Amino acid sequence: MELTTQIGESVTDGLAYLGALASLGGRAAYFTFIAPFQGKPVRLQRAITQAMQTGVGALPILSLITFFIGLILALQSAYELRKFGALNYVANAVAISMTRELGPLITAIVVIGRSGSAFAAEIGTMKVTEEIDALETMAIDPIQFLVTPKFIAMMVMLPCLTIWANSMGILGGALFGVTQADYTWVRYIRSSLDALFLRDITTGLIKSVVFGMTITAVGCHEGLSTGAGAEQVGRSTTRAVVVSIFLVILVDLVFTALFFFMSER
Amino acid sequence: MDQIDNALTQPEAMISLRNLRVSYGDSEILHGINFDVMPGETLVILGGSGSGKSTLLRTLVGLERPSSGEIWLKGKNIAAISSDEMNAIRKKIGMSFQGGALFGSMTVGENVALPLREHTKLEETTIEIILRLKLDQVGLAGFENYMPSQLSGGMKKRAAVARALAMDPEILFFDEPSAGLDPIIAAGVDQLILELKQAFHMTIIVVTHELASAFLIADRMVLIDKGNVVAIGSTEEMRSSTHPRVRQFLDRIAEPEVSQELDYLQMLTEEYRRPGR
Repeated sequence: MELTTQIGESVTDGLAYLGALASLGGRAAYFTFIAPFQGKPVRLQRAITQAMQTGVGALPILSLITFFIGLILALQSAYELRKFGALNYVANAVAISMTRELGPLITAIVVIGRSGSAFAAEIGTMKVTEEIDALETMAIDPIQFLVTPKFIAMMVMLPCLTIWANSMGILGGALFGVTQADYTWVRYIRSSLDALFLRDITTGLIKSVVFGMTITAVGCHEGLSTGAGAEQVGRSTTRAVVVSIFLVILVDLVFTALFFFMSER
Repeated sequence: MDQIDNALTQPEAMISLRNLRVSYGDSEILHGINFDVMPGETLVILGGSGSGKSTLLRTLVGLERPSSGEIWLKGKNIAAISSDEMNAIRKKIGMSFQGGALFGSMTVGENVALPLREHTKLEETTIEIILRLKLDQVGLAGFENYMPSQLSGGMKKRAAVARALAMDPEILFFDEPSAGLDPIIAAGVDQLILELKQAFHMTIIVVTHELASAFLIADRMVLIDKGNVVAIGSTEEMRSSTHPRVRQFLDRIAEPEVSQELDYLQMLTEEYRRPGR
């Protein structure tokens, strides 16, 4: 009896949380697509500043990480492929797993660490110091002013970062291919491109857009629901990272399954 | 019917509260507040910690929704209007928060100019002029390029007042204007409120527990205790009030040392002894 009520409670809590995220996303979508036609312009300047911070700022660390991931993928797949004398399939293995899965996922995780946590900390601090209240008393909607530019920035920058991450991963794989598996740089890149279908890239990019929405929604929601006191900001930030990683993996699973069953037909 | 009556009997009031109740969850914080604020007067809302005075202020500026009752502000019941209508009213009120609530990522100038940039189509040169004017009014001329973190507590509060004044509000709200300031700086903020009152005939509502400051700036005072209005009246009426609650509040603050030391000691030892008995 106890167990079933507990399960029931956590399920309803989880659904309520998802509902809150969806309503936040919905209001951001309203301010992006509908409000501009009602004379409330989108804060493009703020979105661009945000995009520079979350996107361009992430490039160095993301490049390094995905280059290493590409190299690791090459090493791991070579370990198995070598047994069949199929080392010339390393390029295919790396290209497909990067674009379909690891490019979007690693990008999302780097962005969660850099930006998702920053959103929660920024908005949480503003909540604690009554800056959110100040916005409201000035008749400025915090969702429009703070959250919407972040949504726009993330939904544009995450696919861009993912494309970059894919390329860096393939480059990492190429380092192994050229030094260990008799590829030339040109031939490695060419066989990577040959191995890929457009579908592999687009499914990854679709996922990355949804990841961007998820990370922004969680980061901003955690920030906005920060309680009173500085230690609450720390709590919100931690929760933002943990919940974002969980939800990104969940979304990844759902979309991967969806793409799998759709391509079956 | 009641609404029409109120509108007729109090046509000149700037703000009228009618049986205002506010709850957080299950616990009711304000239990039916009634009073009027006249145009051009400075009303000080007094009360101890946890009396509900801050909740009252937050409700007046629309940050909290009342659970029942009416708040008539400029002829509209803000307890029952849409968010668009509320935003229209908010452009005519200014609020200075306890800690200033300046946006840390913007300069002082950007903070003050924000409402103008958001809500008006004024040209940038006009905004610059208004900005300098407002900063000059609060004694912060030349500080527009400072970040809030570079300002002292008193200066932050002044900058917050400049931001609240940006849209030339008809009503100005202050949350604990002298909290966290040393007496001299606090007196400076009081002086600023007096200047605003004389220069612009603004309706000013101040929430505070600082009695000295309250008696200096107020035309009328409201004492809130445990979510109820205990007394309302002019500073003179409050000073000469014989209402036990008013006396208790005024005298307690005036004499922070407990006079009956023996009673106090007894109270402590009683508390001490009881669990061991």
